[in-house]
Order: sequence, then C-alpha cells, then structure tokens
Amino acid sequence: MTLHSLTIAQAHDLLKRRQISSVELTRAVLDRIAAVEPQIKAFLTVTAEQALAAARKADATIAQGRIAPLTGIPIALKDVLCTQGVRTTCGSRILENFIPPFDAFVVQRLNAQQAVSVGKLNMDEFAMGSTTEHSAFQTTCNPWDTTCIPGGSSGGSAAAVAADMCLATLGSDTGGSIRQPASHCGVVGLKPTYGRVSRFGLVAFASSLDQIGPLGKCVADCAWLLQVIAGHDPADATCAPCEVPDYSAALTAGVQGLRIGIPRSYFEVDGLHPDVAKAVLAAIATLESLGARTVDIELPYTKYGVAAYYVIAPSEASSNLARYDGVKYGRRDAETAELLEMYRATRSQGFGPEVQRRILLGTYALSAGYYDAYYRKASQVRTLIMRDFAQAFEKCDLIAAPVTPAPATLIGAHTDDPLAMYLSDIYTLPANLAGIPGISVPCGLSADGLPIGLQLMAGHFEEARLLAAAQAFEQATPFHQAKPRINP
Amino acid sequence: MKITPEEVAHVAHLARLQIAPEAVGKICEQVATILAYVDTLGQVDTHDVPPTTHAIALTNAFRDDIPHAHLSREDALANAPSSEDGFFVVPKVI
Repeated sequence: MTLHSLTIAQAHDLLKRRQISSVELTRAVLDRIAAVEPQIKAFLTVTAEQALAAARKADATIAQGRIAPLTGIPIALKDVLCTQGVRTTCGSRILENFIPPFDAFVVQRLNAQQAVSVGKLNMDEFAMGSTTEHSAFQTTCNPWDTTCIPGGSSGGSAAAVAADMCLATLGSDTGGSIRQPASHCGVVGLKPTYGRVSRFGLVAFASSLDQIGPLGKCVADCAWLLQVIAGHDPADATCAPCEVPDYSAALTAGVQGLRIGIPRSYFEVDGLHPDVAKAVLAAIATLESLGARTVDIELPYTKYGVAAYYVIAPSEASSNLARYDGVKYGRRDAETAELLEMYRATRSQGFGPEVQRRILLGTYALSAGYYDAYYRKASQVRTLIMRDFAQAFEKCDLIAAPVTPAPATLIGAHTDDPLAMYLSDIYTLPANLAGIPGISVPCGLSADGLPIGLQLMAGHFEEARLLAAAQAFEQATPFHQAKPRINP
Repeated sequence: MKITPEEVAHVAHLARLQIAPEAVGKICEQVATILAYVDTLGQVDTHDVPPTTHAIALTNAFRDDIPHAHLSREDALANAPSSEDGFFVVPKVI
C-alpha cells in the first residue's frame, strides 16, 4: 500500500511502531498532491515547507516516545478555518490576501497534537453553494469523474480525501456542506450537533446553523478527529458545555436492537434518482441484517426545510457579511472615493454573484415590512421541523435517508439556476435547522460509477450512536474500499 | 411574486452593494423565483408556534472575567487595506 492511501489509524500505527516517519508520510502526501492537483484542483494553498517543518517536529516528539492520535498525520483544512500566518480566503476575492492573526479553536486542537497541515482547501465562496463552482478561484473536479462537481461547499475537502491528497480534513456544514460532498466523493463526512464543536475562528456564514466536522476515508478516522475537536470553548458562546464521550470506544457498539426510522415520504420525492433510492434502501436492508429493526416515521414539516432555510441562512449571512467593509481587513476598492462609494465598490467587486444574491435575499427578508412574513415565519416553521424530529426520536434511535437526490451532476449543470441547486439540499438541510448530527457513509455506486452516500441522523449529542451504526455498516460492506481511478 | 428594479435598488443600497444596470433584470427574475418558492411557507399554519432562533437551549453563556492577552495593535492592523499611526484609515466621512 502506498503511504498516501493510508487511513489515520493505519498511519498512526506505523508512526508509533517507527516503521515510517512523519516526514516520509508528509512527503508522500505532498508528492501525491503535486501529481493529481492539476486534475482535481482541490487546494487553494499548499503549505509544503511548513508541513515538512511540522513533520520534523512531530518526528522529534515521537522519538521521545510521545504520540497522540494525530501526531505527525498529514491533514488539510477547508479554507473557511482561520490559520495563523497562512492565507485564509473563504473562496472569496474579498479575503484573497487575508492572513489571520490567530488560529481557529479546532486548528489549535490539531496543532496541540502536532497534526501536520498540508494546506487549505477549495470551497464555494463563504460556503454558499453545493458544487465549488461558486469559488472565486477554481472549480474542484470530482476524482471519480473529473467532468462532475465534487459537491459543496466543502468540495475541496471531500475531493482531497477521495484522491488521497491528505489523510483527512475538516469542513463546515451549514446546510449539508460536509455530508453532500462526502456523498458525491465516496468518503465519510460527519456534521456534529450544533454546539458540539467551537466555531471560534470559523468564518461565519449563518451562525444559527454553521458547524465544523470531519471528512475521512473511514468512520473510525472521523471518530478520531471528532474526539480531538469536540468540547467546550469559552470563546464560542454557542458551544455546549457538555461532556465529550469516548467516540472510538463507542465504535464497536453495533446496531443490534437499534430502531432505525425510515421517513417513507423521503423516497417519494420527485427527482430522487433510482440508483440513489436503490442503494439507500439496500443499505437499510444491510442494517436490518446486522440486527437493527426499521420503523416508519413521518417528518411532515421537513418538506418546508428548503424554503425555511433559504430565508434563515441568507438573512443571517446578510448580517454576518456586513463586516466586509474594506476597512479592517480584506480588499478595498475605490480608495479615493467617499465612504459609501468605497463600501459599495469594495463589496460589489469583492463578492461573487451567488454571495451577492444571498445578501440581497437576506436583506430583503429582514427589511421593514417583510420581517414577519419571511424571517419570523421561517423561524416558526423551523420550530415545527424540530418537533418533527423530537417526535420521530420517540419512536426510533436513528433516522436513515438519502444524502442527495442524485449522484454528482456535470460541472455547469446548475450555474444559471440557483433554485435548482438549492433544491438538491432537500435531505441535508433539516438536520441543520434542527441542530442534530448527521453522517454520510458510502453505500454504493451509480450505474455511471459515481458514489452514493447513506445518511444517518441522530438526536442532539448522539454522535457516538451515529458513529457506531456507521461503523457497523462500513465494516459489513465493501463500499469504503472503492477508490477512484486517477491517472496522474 | 414580482420584484421591481426599484426594490432591488433599495435593497442593494441597504446592503451596500452596487448592481450593474445590465444585471438588474436577471437579479429581479432570480430573486422572484426564489421568493415564489419560499412563499410555500404560507401554506403552514404557524398560529401559536414560537419561533426558533437556536437549536440548542443554552442560556447565559458567560465566561470568567479573567484578564488575558489580546491581539496586539500591530497584529490587528496588519490586514488593514490602509492604516497610519496605529489607526485604520477610512475615506473622508464628513
């Protein structure tokens, strides 16, 4: 096996037994990036020198007999996470030259274990999009078929893991931005419970929905990463001060006796691709064969999830993105103009079309006379969606569903039709609105050879149960071992 | 739902954006399409339903009031498009 193909657990074992060094491993990953990046375009910044320096330090630590789960492991970060001294663009021209003076909380946690960051990954601008086509810099290609989108907004993250350009990554998920690209690229992606992971240093999109989570080659790697990044941080007032269980220990719990809720109406949605329906239903049958039993559940209000989300998220974004004013950091245009003119020029030239569209939509929804009809109404529907899940979880322990209605689409398919792109988020948005955790696990390939994901969702702070079920499924099926063929 | 070019201009002003004249028509159309879809929320009876702004119930998330180091002025200004004598420079306001 080549070094860049290793999982975190495999690499950790070899590092611990001193059969490989972190420098060798990091070099292998950097070589892999150099070989396949021209086709995949996953990275916005590659930090080769810093990575090798960090790897040498990790090797010194390991030589002293000290090794944490991520010590010396080459990872990469979605470019929405602030990294001290390393450019953080958020996929936007407005932050093209922004060098954060601090690390995000999750980056501090990775650094404390001496994980080795090899770079920053492409994304839709400000995480607004499901394809990476809304990145100001480049469109990432799906490693399984480079004419297709990798999903988004964490498309660079999912593609990099699938193409072995890092062992694992962190992404962010506001409406499906971890789970959807994980599904499209055939990797595992976990959105934790809202409040499970501190967002300090995560560039804000929609603050009542944003959450950071791992993408990895297997469920166990996501459990390891979550273990490191979860927990209370006084610097994020929305971060829950509740205990972090031992996720790796919970992985062996299996699904025996678990009740899996099936929202039957989710399989009657117009536009659900037959290959996706078939793979997900087969995955549910596998869970049953492993000892789970299924119960039918109703989530009647979740069909309004897309409509509620596309009021709430743009409204919060219009407020969050008001900070980009050409004064404190980021780009400035019309240097010599008066203040208002400078604001307008900076923001219109710094933000791309999708971001401007969402700012306009959100500003409209919050403007005088429309607040009750849009934001308040959507927030009330959000309550009903949360009640749907609360009632469902009285009857079941987990919910199984598709991640996306269809496998990855061709690059360019929806670029002129924003609503069509929004509707592809139908299965992922409800978990963000309800704040519950969700995971995407590979469950097969379409007839065209594109990956399909199974989504599992659980109640608030039930990540351990989610990971255990995902692990049981993964170990019983061959899907996670399938690799895209990339010819460098 | 119809959105007029005047409404787009008003909202763009509120958001401090400048829409190119040739783009206004397309934006009106796209925003109207999205709002027409969002209007399906009107089908839901939300009488007596409280709004949710946060999925997890947390109250009074205060941290201990302990002095600690903050960003230096130099670091805080390092990304500014323009600064002088330890201050951000902005265009003439009045």
